[in-house]
Amino acid sequence: MFYREAGQFKTSYQADAAIFPIRQDRVAIAAVLVIAYAVIPLAATPYIFSALLIPCLILALAALGLNILTGYAGQLSLGHAAFMAIGAFASYNFMLRVPGMPILLAFVCGGLCAAGIGILFGLPSLRIRGFYLAVATLAAQFFIVWCLAKVGWFSNYSSSGVITAQAIVILGYTFDTPTAKYLLVLTIVAVMALAAKNMARSNIGRQWMAVRDMDVAAEVIGIRLVYAKLLAFAVSSFYAGVAGALYAYAYLGTVEPEAYNLDLSFRILFMIIIGGVGTVLGSFLGSAFIVLLPIMLNFTMQFMEQTLHLSIPMSAASNLELMVFGGLIIFFLIVEPHGLARLWQIAKEKLRLWPFPH
Amino acid sequence: MRALKAALAGLALFTAASTVEAQTEQFIPILSYRVGPYAAGGSGYFGGAIDYFNLVNATGGINGVKLQWEECESEYTASRGVECYERLKKKNGGASVVEPLSTGIAYGLLDRVAQDKIPMTTFGYGSANAADGSVFPWVFPVGTSYWSQAAAMIAYLGQKEGGLDKLKGKKIVDLYHDSAFGKEPLPVFEAFAAKYGFELMKIAVAHPGNTQESQWLQIRQAKPDYVILWGWGVMNPTALKAAAKFGYPREKVLGVWWAGSDEDVIPAGDAAKGYVSAAFTAPGTAFPVMQDIAKKVYGAGKGNLEDKSRQGSIYHNRGVTYGIIAVEAIRKAQEKYGKGKVMTAEQVRWGLENLNLTEARLKELGAGGMFPPIKTSCADHEGSGMVRFQVWDGKSFKAVTPYMLGDKAMIRKMVEESAAKYAAEKKITPRDCSKEG
Repeated sequence: MFYREAGQFKTSYQADAAIFPIRQDRVAIAAVLVIAYAVIPLAATPYIFSALLIPCLILALAALGLNILTGYAGQLSLGHAAFMAIGAFASYNFMLRVPGMPILLAFVCGGLCAAGIGILFGLPSLRIRGFYLAVATLAAQFFIVWCLAKVGWFSNYSSSGVITAQAIVILGYTFDTPTAKYLLVLTIVAVMALAAKNMARSNIGRQWMAVRDMDVAAEVIGIRLVYAKLLAFAVSSFYAGVAGALYAYAYLGTVEPEAYNLDLSFRILFMIIIGGVGTVLGSFLGSAFIVLLPIMLNFTMQFMEQTLHLSIPMSAASNLELMVFGGLIIFFLIVEPHGLARLWQIAKEKLRLWPFPH
Repeated sequence: MRALKAALAGLALFTAASTVEAQTEQFIPILSYRVGPYAAGGSGYFGGAIDYFNLVNATGGINGVKLQWEECESEYTASRGVECYERLKKKNGGASVVEPLSTGIAYGLLDRVAQDKIPMTTFGYGSANAADGSVFPWVFPVGTSYWSQAAAMIAYLGQKEGGLDKLKGKKIVDLYHDSAFGKEPLPVFEAFAAKYGFELMKIAVAHPGNTQESQWLQIRQAKPDYVILWGWGVMNPTALKAAAKFGYPREKVLGVWWAGSDEDVIPAGDAAKGYVSAAFTAPGTAFPVMQDIAKKVYGAGKGNLEDKSRQGSIYHNRGVTYGIIAVEAIRKAQEKYGKGKVMTAEQVRWGLENLNLTEARLKELGAGGMFPPIKTSCADHEGSGMVRFQVWDGKSFKAVTPYMLGDKAMIRKMVEESAAKYAAEKKITPRDCSKEG
């Protein structure tokens, strides 16, 4: 009843090609943005910003990058965290070595460096597919993190191999409070998500999907595989690079290469699998699921302990939390193998008919 | 008049009582990890700290101030650790001191603790340059850092050879975990190699280090006089087993303190016999404080370790030691800011910076010999730098040296240089320590 496009006529090509063709979608997106920009900064505590929202948004951006590569272009990658590391270390070095470097430009340069290395490690994708490609990207994961730890120049010869992010200053304003950092991250993520959404609908997005569905067929209809695949690697790594830089600058502050380990790569991969492969929304839902759910479970356990006056030993509580989390992942994958984004899709279909399903 | 006075006094008493009631307990957040690959260390360590806090509470608190703590599972990952810290830092009147026992989490908190003005200890890990308190006012690598440990190792090897000058021409292999942790001491070893004229061979082992055939083949060919094992986790028992397989005497393998816990040697079985490692605390339940914990905490059914036989293990005693240091810092702060009061985090920071745990004080605490005396200051947040060496006899670790010091002057110089570089990069103006009280 509420979600029905009846009566909304498209009278121009422009309206037909709009990013959100249905009015309710436009209203919903506007509402989400208003809440994110106006309501949350007024309502949330520093804890919510710096421990929940910032990491959630940054990892959503990283997941979005992987979704472009895996979800849209069909190339499996297990080295996504390594490209984040490149973004972080490159941004740090640009800020350190180029006098007067604006921080946003440093993020972009960090992303471009990651894109360059991404193309390099994307080359094997021209010959190999599927699991074999996953192994090749696994090599990227280990090689890059090893290299960043090995070569002292990357961390400015820090004795422990860590980098300490410089202050974020844009036009004389220092982003040092959790709220300011949140707004910065939100803006970058929103712009890049919009770009991703548009890319997916454009010529190149359609090429990626054609390659994903069957690359021989795509080649036959005139899509250049080299171009499409390498561009997917470049764009994906660019997103990862920016996310990695934000992870260092807006979230952790001081990071070692080990922070971008295989574990993080897997977490990002799980995010897109649970959130929904090949959707922009899925990256956000997946990130929220992986980042927030364990913390929610932790709070629930504590709440239950207090209200029911149980005294569960800490080790049992911690292990129970992991088990419940694992169980929920399996539950969601069984109920909806296409991810949380698909659940939203189904909900929309139902809303369209509600309350008269027949 | 008298009535007014009485009323005023009553009011004063009432307000005093109500403020005391508002916060009578000193809050310490505990960022523990009890799941995942490092759970054995985390549960022993944080169990030890909680056991000591329980002991303090059972014996009347710190001048009457009881301790309060809350655990949060950090899973040894930076993001969960940061979340735990953010969650707990404002709770129950505010955190007074934080100890993550994880390098990754400590780095994630480095900027945050300075901003929130909460002192952080990095007890036996973390970057060594934080010992320079003029640049890192909020970070305390109390006890010993990796650099001091590396210096003590060289001092120990010199002692074994009968003088540091005898190290000339010797060949020492540094078999290290290829990570920030493993790379940290390299500049120190290189400096000592140049100073004493021994040959340093650096061999890296990739994480996690469960195959080391090629590295030990290399070692067998090089025939070094000593092998320093700068390892972590599964890498340690693997190295010891590989040494046995390649016929390298374990007596000549010298481990870092994270390679010197029961969990590191027991999996290697007989291959670990005779192996020597560094340590910054002593194991065992013979110390009076450990006896008290067994009696008053475990006896009352409040012990934190699920496996009670782990009392007195390396990690448990490390945790108790951390508990002692945190409690003593609060006690020291109370001496300055008022006995029997709850200290703010800034006051605890002062306490950590002015710790003076002498041999006599340690005896009083029932921990004489459990860890070396510690005296911190504004310039020196490390306060000791002493390390002892222990040998594994197949059943337990036995001390082979008393607590000993390496070339502290040289380490101090390197710490200051490294801290100055950090300050320049971060544009920090170091505090003037001559003006600190």
